[in-house]
Formats: sequence, C-alpha cells, structure tokens
Amino acid sequence: MTAPIDPPSATVVEERPQAGPGGTPGTSIQGRSLGQIAWMRLKRDKVAMGGAIVVILLILIAIFAPVLVGWFGHPPNEFHQEMIDPATQTPKGGSGIGWDFLFGVEPLNGRDLFSRVVYGARISLLIAFFATLLSVVIGTVMGIVAGYFGGWVDTLISRVMDVFLAFPLLVFSLALIGVLAQFETSLAVKGDTLRILLLIFVIGFFNWPYIGRIIRGQTLSLREREFVDAARSLGARGPYILFREILPNLIAPILIYATLLIPTNVLFEAALSFLGVGIPAPTATWGGMLSDAVKYYTVPHFMFFPGMAIFITVLAFNLFGDGLRDALDPKSSR
Amino acid sequence: MTFLELKDLRIHFPSDDGLVRSVDGLSFRLERGKTLGIVGESGSGKSVTSLGILGLHKGGRAKISGEIWLDGEELVSASAEHVRTLRGKKMAMIFQDPLSAMHPFYTVGAQIVEAYRIHHDVSKKVARKHAIEMLDRVGIPQPDRRVDSYPHEFSGGMRQRAMIAMALSCDPELLIADEPTTALDVTVQAQILDLMRDLQRDFNAALIIITHDLGVVAELSDDILVMYAGKAIEYGTSEDIFERPEHPYTWGLLGSMPRLDRERTERLMPIKGSPPSLINVPPGCAFNPRCVYGDRTGGRSTTEVPELLESEGGHLVRCHLSRDERRTVWENEIKPNLEAS
Repeated sequence: MTAPIDPPSATVVEERPQAGPGGTPGTSIQGRSLGQIAWMRLKRDKVAMGGAIVVILLILIAIFAPVLVGWFGHPPNEFHQEMIDPATQTPKGGSGIGWDFLFGVEPLNGRDLFSRVVYGARISLLIAFFATLLSVVIGTVMGIVAGYFGGWVDTLISRVMDVFLAFPLLVFSLALIGVLAQFETSLAVKGDTLRILLLIFVIGFFNWPYIGRIIRGQTLSLREREFVDAARSLGARGPYILFREILPNLIAPILIYATLLIPTNVLFEAALSFLGVGIPAPTATWGGMLSDAVKYYTVPHFMFFPGMAIFITVLAFNLFGDGLRDALDPKSSR
Repeated sequence: MTFLELKDLRIHFPSDDGLVRSVDGLSFRLERGKTLGIVGESGSGKSVTSLGILGLHKGGRAKISGEIWLDGEELVSASAEHVRTLRGKKMAMIFQDPLSAMHPFYTVGAQIVEAYRIHHDVSKKVARKHAIEMLDRVGIPQPDRRVDSYPHEFSGGMRQRAMIAMALSCDPELLIADEPTTALDVTVQAQILDLMRDLQRDFNAALIIITHDLGVVAELSDDILVMYAGKAIEYGTSEDIFERPEHPYTWGLLGSMPRLDRERTERLMPIKGSPPSLINVPPGCAFNPRCVYGDRTGGRSTTEVPELLESEGGHLVRCHLSRDERRTVWENEIKPNLEAS
C-alpha cells in the first residue's frame, strides 16, 4: 500500500498565518524554541546576569591566573622576607597592601596574597566543577534508570541512594582521604594531582544521590506523559525514548541543580582544605589559606581576601542558579 | 482473511485493591478500508483496548490473555520487540490531546522525521521532504515553513492535523484514533473528521475510532461496538445501532445525546448512576444497577452474566431481555421519546 501524495482535494484550509502587528502578511511566523524563550527571560533578570558575569570572570581569572599574576603580582610561592617585620613576623605596615602587593602579603614568609587568591581560584573551581560533573553524571544515569525501568531496579537504586545519604560525609571524607593518601607511593599519580583527583572523587561520588532522587522523580512523571506513549506507538525503541524523549525534559533540573551544587562543592572543598585534608602546602587553596590565617588574627587581611573569594564565588553561583531556575521553569514563584 | 481480529481479549491490572478487569473478553473483527467505532463511558475499557492492540501494555504489570490477529500474525504471544517493529509501520495511533502527545522540545517536522526514520533507513533530508509532503497532505498551509514550527505555535486543529501526519508517516494499515476530536472545538472537529475519512479512503487503512461521542461515530463508522465495564454489550452496523438499538445502555447513550432537531425545552435523558468499579463488577449483568428494565428479566439480570448473542444479521446484543421484548420497548417507549415533537 502506498500513500498517494497529491494535493488534498477535500480538506479545508483551516487558518492562514496572520500578519503580526506591523508585519507583512505571511512573514510574521518565527519559531522560538524553549531554549530561546528561557534565554530571553534570563537576560531580563539583572541579578542573575550579574551572577553570570561574576561567574564568567572567575572562570577567566582561574584560566588566566599565570598571566594575571605576571601582570599584577609575584609568583605565588615566592618568599618576600623584605616585606616582613622580623620582630613580629607580620607584614610591615600591618598588611603590606600597595601597588606592588595588591592584597598585601602573608605573615611569616611574605608570599603575595593576590597571586595566592588567584591561583586558589584554579583549585577551587577545578574541583567544584569536576566533582559536580561526576555527581550529575552518576545521579542522572542512576535516576533515569531507576525512574524509567521501575520495579526491582528502582528499589535497588533507591536503597543504594538511601545508604549513601546516611553516610556521615564529612567524617568519612576525612578518613578516606587520609587513608588513601597513605598509599601515595604505590599509585600512578602523585602529589597535587593525586589530591585533586581524590577530592573530586570523594566530593562528587558522595553527592550523586541528591540529584539522583530529583531525576528519578521527574522521570517517573515523564514516563507516563502522552508523548512517550506517542513515541512508543510509532515504534520507538527504549534507548530512543530515554535519551531523545525523556532526557531533554530533564535538562532544566540538571542545569539548575548543577549550578546550585557547584557553590556547595566550593564550600566543601574549602572545608576539607581548612581541616587539612585538602591540597597540601605550599599549593595555594582558599580553604588552606583560611586555615593558616586563623593563627594570625592580628592581620585580618590574610583572612579577608580568601574569605571574600569564597563568599563571592558561592554568591555568584547561587544568584545565577536561582535566575536560571526562574528562567527555565516559568511556574516557579519568585 | 480478516485483517484484524480480537478473540476473547482480556487485559487485567493487578492492583493493591484487587484485580482491575479493564478489558474482559472482547472479540471483534475489522477489515481493511472499514471503520469501527468503539463507544462507551469513561472507564469502560476503550483506551486500554487500543493500547493493548498496539502492545503498549507489554512488559508492564498488565495480565493479557486472548488473541489479537493482525494480518495473519498473533500479537499477544509475539515478543515485545517484534510488536515494536510493527508499531508505526503496520499500526499507529492518533492521540486525544496532540499538545501533550507531541514532544514540546522538537519542531513538528523533526518529530515526523524521527517517526519516519524509525522504520525507513533514509537521510534526514529525504525524511524532511516526506514530512513536508505529509503536512501538506493533512492540509496544513505553507507546510515548508510550518515544518520548522514547534507544537505550541500551532492551533489545536493544526496540531491534530500534524499528529495525524505523524501517525500516517509510515503508511500504517491499522489506525487507531483515541478520542481524536475531544480536545477540539466543534467547527474544527468536523474538519478533522472529514480529513480522517478522506485519508482512510486514500490509504485504504482499517480505522478504529474510540470515542464517547455518538455524533463522531455516526459520522464515520461502518460498524459500532458499544462497551460497558470491559465487555462488548452491543455490536452492529452503524444503522443497527442508530435505527434499531437493542440494549438498554445504548438507549441511554442515545437519549443523553443532545440533538439539534429536538425542542430546546426538552430535557436530555441521562443514564442514572455511574459506571461500575472494574474491581467489583456487579454480579450478573454489569449494567443491572442502572438498568430500568432489569426487573423484567425475572431476577436473572442480578445473578447470571448475559451472553453476547446474535439478534439478527450480525447484530449482537448482551441482554437478558428477549429480542421481542427489546424491540417492543424500543418501538413503544424509547423511539417515540427520542423523536418527540
């Protein structure tokens, strides 16, 4: 049986494109995808755009840290004993802030604080991004599989999530990193690289159940939607339905959750570094600098700059994440 | 050979409250080029039947028994993967609400392209040309531009046309339309029904129309199946059902249909009560709690399940009343009321 594809004889033309206000007839129709609509909404949200600009700046700072430091500072691990008052071990003049040292210098050894904050952004963002990526990938795959297939698969994955959520994450991370670091000599990667990978793994791997639960719930409701039945009624295969029909609908929650998870991970990395299981000295990290600064409460700028860096990063990501949620989900109330 | 034949199809869903007998022993036949209308209230098992024919309950919790023969193949015992390859190519479905049945993220054209490419190994360009032809075929103006529109940019009627184009993109021989016009307003309804009739003639497809609107089936159907509580209670040609209906439930449906040729002051005659729970189907005839004529059967209607028996020339009725009684009631009590004034 073949379909005769000739112009319909008896069908009624039900409507013609209307001329838009000020437009010429027949040219006013312009398709706008949901992504374009969300982008328009996001552009109108000044606070979120502010957050986005700061986020982009931070990323640029992290990428171009060596260039920035070359222009405005000194190498991050270079000692400047000439800036230190030998009697008190604190910077001369209180902080050492000036044109030469924009954020002043560290007590004791006189390292350039500006360079160290800039280099600290690399570690913080690197770990936060990749840990988030790891959480999102594991969480999405587990959530979508649990939600779509249901039954014993769902039960199994959901219980695993419960187990993970019941872990005392901070204590466990402290112990795990401490133990794994003992085997440094027998591992292929060493030093900072090993520590960074370890932190990414620990932070990312234990955070996936949060996003997993969200994705599972969304998949459960999407699975019953009529367009899934429609796709099946046309003979679509399982993977097609999972990746082409259901996954696109999950992009909004995934994006939102990822942008809100990044600042959490920045804080978590800072906390681990603060507690001394992060990247070991002399590599600059924000949490590690804060930890050092505790001993020098008489030189508040030492604590102020890394603290502000963490604060601005977390705030910017959160503002951007909130704006993104408003833009992608018109039903969310503000 | 019959193109589509259902033999004693049963689709039951186990639930925490008990077994839901959504379809309970349904049989019918349908030839190519013919249209069957399935009529019934909400929850009578119409949609479950259609999804069951397409095999969409396979792999779920449903318990399915009986036989579905499509063009010489038995589908209930066939593998889910085999039935999947038949979906779209051999049989396809038009859904009630095209807005929720089309994916909001893809353009209408992209969805027709994907539907076509599931069964045809062709390039996107060729498939796109086919999509534009299909959109033109269902009467969408400027199809070469509209192919790049999103579903939300279409009006309800155009969306349903696009949905039909998508269902027909792979030339299915069996087309199931589940309440195809319910989400549309009346003027558009008529256009869509016209379109479906034309397309069915051109494609020589077998068409099943599922609806609770007798007006829709009157317009299109060759045969009509009236369902109640998962069972067929009356089956006959369109003429049988509208001119000589024999089941009290069908009388009720006809009586509750608004008609232009009736006096406006006249009240509709709704069927009292509501459809039975499919977990606790009433003993005897499932319709007996709502049936005005139950007491004329000498108590049989509450104890004995009536058989679907032939009344005359392929007209089947499931009722304890004798044929003569039914005809007398129809001629003397029901018909005069429907045609009054």
